[in-house]
Amino acid sequence: MAERIPILKMGEFLLVTIQVDLHDQMAMQLQEDLTSAIERTSAKGVLLDISALEMVDSFIGRMIANISSISGILDARTVVVGMRPQVAITLVELGLSLPGVETALDVDRGMDRLRAAIEGGRLDVVGCQG
Amino acid sequence: MSSVVKADAIPVRTEQDVVLARQAVRRMTQELGFSLVDQTKMVTAASELARNTVIHGLGGRMHWEVLQDWNRKGLRLRFQDEGPGIADLSLAMTDGWTTGGGLGMGLTGSKRLVNDFEIESVPGQGTRVTITRWKGVA
Repeated sequence: MAERIPILKMGEFLLVTIQVDLHDQMAMQLQEDLTSAIERTSAKGVLLDISALEMVDSFIGRMIANISSISGILDARTVVVGMRPQVAITLVELGLSLPGVETALDVDRGMDRLRAAIEGGRLDVVGCQG
Repeated sequence: MSSVVKADAIPVRTEQDVVLARQAVRRMTQELGFSLVDQTKMVTAASELARNTVIHGLGGRMHWEVLQDWNRKGLRLRFQDEGPGIADLSLAMTDGWTTGGGLGMGLTGSKRLVNDFEIESVPGQGTRVTITRWKGVA
């Protein structure tokens, strides 16, 4: 099973769009691939588009939470975009509210969020020097 | 009394089977006319239980039954394995309890996603989890 989710580089960001029904091994592989891609490209942000996912169970939910915390440790911000309303309702009832995972309604808003975060970060550094 | 309109079973032995079980449940709930939210809840519960069958039960089967009551339709799924079983069921039904390195939300979480949940387990003989969801019942 060599199926992999593609990771695209867009400037300082990485874009991941999950378009298939994920089995567990693919989810684990994505977590690993994304971690090494952040390291290799020094990406500042990750946009994880899950708009095609018809369900998120506890395993996939854990992968999303892991990607978010691992990227944070590697100094990259993750924004999860496009979660379907029925998926969100089910996740919460399942008992997973994904604390610490940043979300946005769609790719555009997610991009805005990442850009703003990076600009904000730069201003902070300038402020420290002053 | 509800009667069984259709019934069959599919193997649940590999990760790929978990995906196939999910897709089968999606199709059946669509055919039954479940709302999108109810479809997603049943599919998600099936995914959790199918994964348990593969990982903890060392493989088994998902039996499904389309049910017809006098005034309602539903879907019943039974996940059955011949694995090591669960020694302490009440402990296994606690949020956050896990042996599989997961979040420990699989059993308790899927119980919250369905109308009816039954679990039977005999150590050394296996585990059977039965869930039912009716169309339009919250």
